[in-house]
Amino acid sequence: MTLKNETILDTLDPELMARVVSRRDALGGLSKTTIAMAAMASAPIALSMMAKKAFAQGLPAGIVNVLNFALTLEYLEDEFYKAALALPTLIPATTRPVFMQVSKHETAHVNYLKSALGAAAVAKPTFDFTAGGTFADVFTNYQTFLAVSQGFEDTGVRAYKGRAAELKSDNGILTVALQIHSVEARHAAKIRRLRGQKGWITGNTTDVPALAAVYAGDEVTLQGPVQTANFVSATAASEAFDEPLTAAQVLAIVDPFIL
Amino acid sequence: MSKPTATGAAELEFLGQLANATSRRTFLQWAGLTIGVAAVGCSDDDDDDGTGPGPNDSVNLGSGDTGVLNYAYALEQLEAAFYTQVVMTPYTGITADETSILRDIRDHEITHQKFLQAALGAGAIGALSVTFASITFSSRASVLGAAKTFEDLGVAAYNGAGQLISSDVNLGYAGKIVSVEGRHAAVIRDLLNPNSMDFAGDDVVNAQGFDRAFTPSAVLAAADPFVINPINASSLPTS
Repeated sequence: MTLKNETILDTLDPELMARVVSRRDALGGLSKTTIAMAAMASAPIALSMMAKKAFAQGLPAGIVNVLNFALTLEYLEDEFYKAALALPTLIPATTRPVFMQVSKHETAHVNYLKSALGAAAVAKPTFDFTAGGTFADVFTNYQTFLAVSQGFEDTGVRAYKGRAAELKSDNGILTVALQIHSVEARHAAKIRRLRGQKGWITGNTTDVPALAAVYAGDEVTLQGPVQTANFVSATAASEAFDEPLTAAQVLAIVDPFIL
Repeated sequence: MSKPTATGAAELEFLGQLANATSRRTFLQWAGLTIGVAAVGCSDDDDDDGTGPGPNDSVNLGSGDTGVLNYAYALEQLEAAFYTQVVMTPYTGITADETSILRDIRDHEITHQKFLQAALGAGAIGALSVTFASITFSSRASVLGAAKTFEDLGVAAYNGAGQLISSDVNLGYAGKIVSVEGRHAAVIRDLLNPNSMDFAGDDVVNAQGFDRAFTPSAVLAAADPFVINPINASSLPTS
């Protein structure tokens, strides 16, 4: 073989390669370099097999739908934190590392989803983070910023959860969705604590009436046939399970933020 | 076969104290007095006293969704036992905020444990014997370090197990629990290193922004030092 790695990789459609690599990453947590090296080991057979698999699995409409839904939420979060971090005085220096980390993850999620969707990816909407003036000082008042941030993160957790079952036909994508979902939960917990709240959601109450829909239904303690409030307490039972939101509920929550 | 009965936190504390009093080594026959022995799952449970498998008995998680839920149930048993001990013997210098957090987490893990037991019904494995001999419960660093390990491991376990679950309902349960484990992990990590990036640190979230997803064998290997019963996961689904 005289071909260099670059040469073989260059013969593949870049979008296809991105999908193959990202799907492989999803399954094995391997770096792109590792994938490329592994592919080289038995190229060109491995590459052609991977290519065929990727074509054959051209994402089904149902999965494209869910991933675009997720991408829209990630666009929202990504732009929100980028805008906030660009302001020199909004976020105090003491908590800036927290938001840099959150922002880094949201950017990575956008990049993954765009790569997985390829040409099927929805375009980024135009956002209004004041939600038509409801949060007019979102970028000048740190507390308002935190309140909106908490709303976005808790929504993200419930949104991914609500659609996981629709991804079951593709184990790799289901697993990635779960891996993103728990990162959103980590974000949510930390931001809730910055607001002096518990890291977990108790009941369906919120101190931000405009974000009440984010917590609708989270007070549930009946899980299938099991009344979990009987085990320790209704409070613990509510906190111990994050409830899903339907796609319609999520869209109603984010709609005021989209122009 | 006795039906599982709800055990209150106070009762669990008593059980823990009993266990602690009778052994310098923290060794809990976890809530074994109240949990009925399952028909499925205890491959060689030869004691007929209704207290679950003995410490040396191998525990077979079973197959299909029952196996995956038993896998989760085993982890929740471990976490619930750990936090029961943590709350019962608070570490030196614990703050009111930390006490509140650790009590909440204990209550969540007990709720998870008892929910999974109830959902599994007759398919539930028995009460596992666990050991926390490697943890110094009087030390904040030791306790929170172990809590971080358990929570991060729980997140990775549920993330990896999602694809093994067949029914939408059971996948839904796992999804409702895993994000709460993620919340716990973030809060514990933030207690250890406040306002840093550690709540979702680069050691658990990769460059693509993905949390970890572990196979059952990797998770059980990590949990092995804390679980005395040999766990047989050989019938779990693999995809």
